[in-house]
Amino acid sequence: MTEAQHPLDHLLRADRLPHIWCPGCGIGIAMRCLVLALEELGRPLDRVVVVSGIGCSARVAGYVRLDGFHTTHGRAIPFATGLKLANPDLTVIVFSGDGDLAAIGGNHLIHAARRNLDLTVICVNNFIYGMTGGQFGPTTPLAARSTTTPYGNFEPPFNLPALVAASGAVYVARWTVFHVRRLIAAFQEAIAKKGFSFVEVLSPCPTGYLRRNKLGEALEMMRYFKAQSEIRHGADPAEAGIEMGGKLILGKFVDIERPTYQERMRKQLAMFFIEPYAEKVREEIEAEEVES
Amino acid sequence: MSRWEVKIAGFGGQGIILAGYLLGKAAAVYDRRHATMVQSYGPEARGSACASQVIIADEPIYYPYVTEPDVLIAMSQEAYMKFAAEVKPGGLLLIERDLVALDTGRSDFVRSGVRLHALSATKIAEELGHRIVANIVMLGFLCALAPIVSPSGMKEALRSSLPKSAIELNLLAFETGYERGLQVGYNLAGNPS
Amino acid sequence: MKRGPAVLTGVHFFNGDVACAEGALAAGCRFFAGYPITPATEIAERMAERLPEIGGTFIQMEDEIASLSAVLGASWAGVKAMTATSGPGFSLMMENLGFGYMTETPCVIVNVQRGGPSTGLPTLVGQGDMMQARWGSHGDYETIVLAPSSAQEMFDLTIAAFNLSEKYRLPVLLLSDAVIGHITERVVIPAEEEIPIVNRKKFAGPREAYLPYLPDEDLVPPMVAAGEGYRVYITGLTHDERGYPSTSPEVQERLVRRLVEKIRRNARDIIRMEERGVEDAEVVLVAYGISARVAYRAMELARAAGRRVGWLRLITVWPFPEERIRDLATRVRAFIVPELNLGQIVREVERCAAGRARTIPVLRPGGAVHDPREILAIIEETFHD
Ligand SMILES: Cc1ncc(C[n+]2csc(CCOP(=O)(O)OP(=O)(O)O)c2C)c(N)n1
Ligand code: SF4
Ligand SMILES: [Mg+2]
Repeated sequence: MTEAQHPLDHLLRADRLPHIWCPGCGIGIAMRCLVLALEELGRPLDRVVVVSGIGCSARVAGYVRLDGFHTTHGRAIPFATGLKLANPDLTVIVFSGDGDLAAIGGNHLIHAARRNLDLTVICVNNFIYGMTGGQFGPTTPLAARSTTTPYGNFEPPFNLPALVAASGAVYVARWTVFHVRRLIAAFQEAIAKKGFSFVEVLSPCPTGYLRRNKLGEALEMMRYFKAQSEIRHGADPAEAGIEMGGKLILGKFVDIERPTYQERMRKQLAMFFIEPYAEKVREEIEAEEVES
Repeated sequence: MSRWEVKIAGFGGQGIILAGYLLGKAAAVYDRRHATMVQSYGPEARGSACASQVIIADEPIYYPYVTEPDVLIAMSQEAYMKFAAEVKPGGLLLIERDLVALDTGRSDFVRSGVRLHALSATKIAEELGHRIVANIVMLGFLCALAPIVSPSGMKEALRSSLPKSAIELNLLAFETGYERGLQVGYNLAGNPS
Repeated sequence: MKRGPAVLTGVHFFNGDVACAEGALAAGCRFFAGYPITPATEIAERMAERLPEIGGTFIQMEDEIASLSAVLGASWAGVKAMTATSGPGFSLMMENLGFGYMTETPCVIVNVQRGGPSTGLPTLVGQGDMMQARWGSHGDYETIVLAPSSAQEMFDLTIAAFNLSEKYRLPVLLLSDAVIGHITERVVIPAEEEIPIVNRKKFAGPREAYLPYLPDEDLVPPMVAAGEGYRVYITGLTHDERGYPSTSPEVQERLVRRLVEKIRRNARDIIRMEERGVEDAEVVLVAYGISARVAYRAMELARAAGRRVGWLRLITVWPFPEERIRDLATRVRAFIVPELNLGQIVREVERCAAGRARTIPVLRPGGAVHDPREILAIIEETFHD
């Protein structure tokens, strides 16, 4: 199927092609999965907003034909927080890179998870700062080469699922761009989930990471994703750390219920104010009763 | 008089800022005049003691700091030592009798023509129920001794600013201080008694 | 408890910070994100108490970067939004401030200035962020900065800040100071219908016809909000009228010129000042914020001594009232500029005076306001030489 005929065109900004990504880059696959997930999910697309920070992954906000906000480096989550709280009817998806979300934006990531804000965060982890030419970041495995670890990385990386799970996320999953179907399903679950959901997407960056580490081209990375993956739903995310060339634990690690920021806020304020919080709280209680 | 400059000074916990706030509020909101209150010392920033400066006027107030007070309420020895000499001739100097010793060893300390009145505000407050209202006793005392704000305005300010449970005691404190002031004698400012 | 009124019509005895919060609510602000910092904390505290009463949203963020980000996000959800801080937090906001100018996002940022640099004097007054407010974010831009000098103006100018930000689509800064933030004064809040409110120009045409950065004649593009079906793409990258990133120098020229020109061309509409005794003055005091009130006393003292001294208070500091200073420079002997920094706005006065009148700074690095007599002494000197 060629780009022009693809039925997803109405969800992509064809007028922005060609995109900036290198051949073999996995970000495009992750974006396509998001778009497919959204189409099948049936949410009113006019009310879906994609917010990103800065980086190769963050460019997604400008390629999807949705309301898209390409904010500053690391600040997608707090920007999304303002959007969501000011208009709770919006479905707000943060789509950004590992450096953007976990290094410069790391503080916002854990606080949004702690608050259990009703956001979906999709993090493309390519183990590197792609956009700036391959510097190491907070997810770069030990010993890996990057332009700023010319002798090999000696900083231990974050295990992102463990970090966000410990911070309070109610949905945490990890997949790779090889696992397209799983990824689409995970995006749908994450978006449908009320509260802070997080999907880590392992993705090849041939330009900034693979070549410098003699890991071949994207295809080899895809083979690695296939061969070394072990799907363990419900696994303790603390045991899902990633080592260079090592096994990749994938799956849905967390799927729990916890009141969201706005539910807690309304409940708390309803003790003081009749309107407008009490109405909402009653609706919520009734909805819960119907569900259970 | 169209302009009053008031300094209320003491130490933390005596309700110095609250007293300044209430005085300013009575003037601004209930007597419909201009009033400012600042908590810092302005140009002479120093010391860790607590002071509030209130200016009440019919005209807009630009410079909000008190340089030559018409009224000084000194609730501590330190406040008295620091500010008593600033009080304008013809001004009013009110001191907490039990916390301020007047004998400073300096004869020229308080300028001539300053009316000085002492009141055991803290003791009175304790007798009324709580020492915390000593500041309000002092405000009552002040209102009786100078036409700075209307007593009714002052009482409205108390009612609108304090938690419900505290209003009764504070009104009582104000009345008590006011009566003590009347016993001393009502005088228009500028007429030393 | 029932919902409270958004506009507290009546006469109050408020401190500047509280008046600022009430001004924001009266202007229609329904979202506040902030991080506590002296001497601006009371603004957040008041908003935390009042916004829930009227169905708005208050959130305390993890830092000031997040606070401004959330405010920008809320603005794009179509809600008027504000944050408030002091020097250290203001420094943290600089990058997203630029994002606000670049994406033309209306919002209000309050800086209740304290003595700096760094943590400086947390509780004491300063006016050292005046140039940072103008130039603090990288790249070329123009901004609007208002400097209140009373609790009443903390109310009035917060409303003005919202109105200007909505009219010209940019973050507007309210540069207050620790004295004005904490001074408690009579504040008169008018009836709701007497408060002029400006709302952003919205685009209402069909989606296909919408170009998010196609300006009207006033150089301001009509705005939409997220979720309204226009599917906008908003980026801090240099962008064309569609909002799409571009690396062309022509697009950069067109965009950045417009961002600057939309303020410069409307400077007359934006600039406000207050003057006293300038008509016959030989020497004019130029000041803003608390320093203007101190300078006023100095003018009174000088006038009482028979000196023809005038007083010009900057209400809008940026854009700077260049025309007025240039004009006065041809007829006065000197400008005296007292400010609580070691020489910021005085440079602007000097630039505009361009040697036609002397410009004399009276500077203190914050911590305390001037003594009016100190300014008076400088006035006297100008009459002696
Ligand atoms: C404040 C700031 N610092 C640095 C940069 C430069 N910068 C742009 S993208 C980036 C790293 C992005 O890495 P990541 O989030 O992993 O995204 P990727 O490109 O790998 O998808 C950096 C450091 C910037 N834009 N802003
Ligand atoms: S640098 Fe890496 S992440 Fe960026 S586009 Fe190229 S391959 Fe993708
Ligand atoms: Mg990356």
